[in-house]
Amino acid sequence: MIYEVFRQERKGQAFAHAGSVEAPDRAFADWYAREEFGRRGESVALWVVPREAVHEIDDFIDELERNYHRVDGYPLKEKLREARERAGTAAPADR
Amino acid sequence: MSERAQLLLPIADDELVLGWRNSEWTGIAPFLEEDVAFSSIAQNEIGHARALYQLAAEELGTTADELAFDRKPEEYRCSKFVELRLVPDWAKTIARHYLYEQSDERRIGALMESDDPEVAGLAAKIDREEAYHRMHAQMWFDRLQDEPRFIEAVDELRPLVDERGEHSAEFTELWGEMTMVRRSVAGATW
Repeated sequence: MIYEVFRQERKGQAFAHAGSVEAPDRAFADWYAREEFGRRGESVALWVVPREAVHEIDDFIDELERNYHRVDGYPLKEKLREARERAGTAAPADR
Repeated sequence: MSERAQLLLPIADDELVLGWRNSEWTGIAPFLEEDVAFSSIAQNEIGHARALYQLAAEELGTTADELAFDRKPEEYRCSKFVELRLVPDWAKTIARHYLYEQSDERRIGALMESDDPEVAGLAAKIDREEAYHRMHAQMWFDRLQDEPRFIEAVDELRPLVDERGEHSAEFTELWGEMTMVRRSVAGATW
């Protein structure tokens, strides 16, 4: 059985995928994970997760190209400048 | 020989020889993750031997290396139990691992109570690592405890734990391999 291992490098940081271990049960998985990803001071904590418990999602439909859903898809700067011109106010930095 | 060396040498020899025996599984363990794990345990045991030899060596006016590799076979005080060559029998290997960790826990526990602060301090350090070995031995025990081959192996090996005296022929062979490199270049410093 494959277990995915996530490790936290410092307290407060996000856990990142470190690799996987193959083990007959959870106790063995924990031991092997500690051995391979934790005993050299490289981690302060590990998450050991059976691979089946991880749901992978890789389909992200965007049929109508609603680019305003994306952080890079909706340039606000130009629209803001036009709006300010109509309102007759300057950008905060110009005041 | 000082009291401290008398006390530490049998333990150091056990750890060195068992570490050596366990390392015979490197590359041939039943599966890869266990190969890595068991090799690491073997290396820890040799590390414990090194630390114990160092404490003994201070008293004896020698070095850890000389104690580990330059003594005659009959000067080693390891038990027959750790001398046994058990490859390729994994059931027996795990049975020995389990029985050894049990007896080692008591022995290291007693050292932790020592009036000699250096000995007690080292024992506490060793015990912190041994805790993981015990965990490893226990999880294998839990997994194999109903297997007839494993039960048989435990019954067969249990009486041999801590049996000391004359060495086995297997030990002489092991000693030959273990000290071969140092004997090959007499007087060399490395």
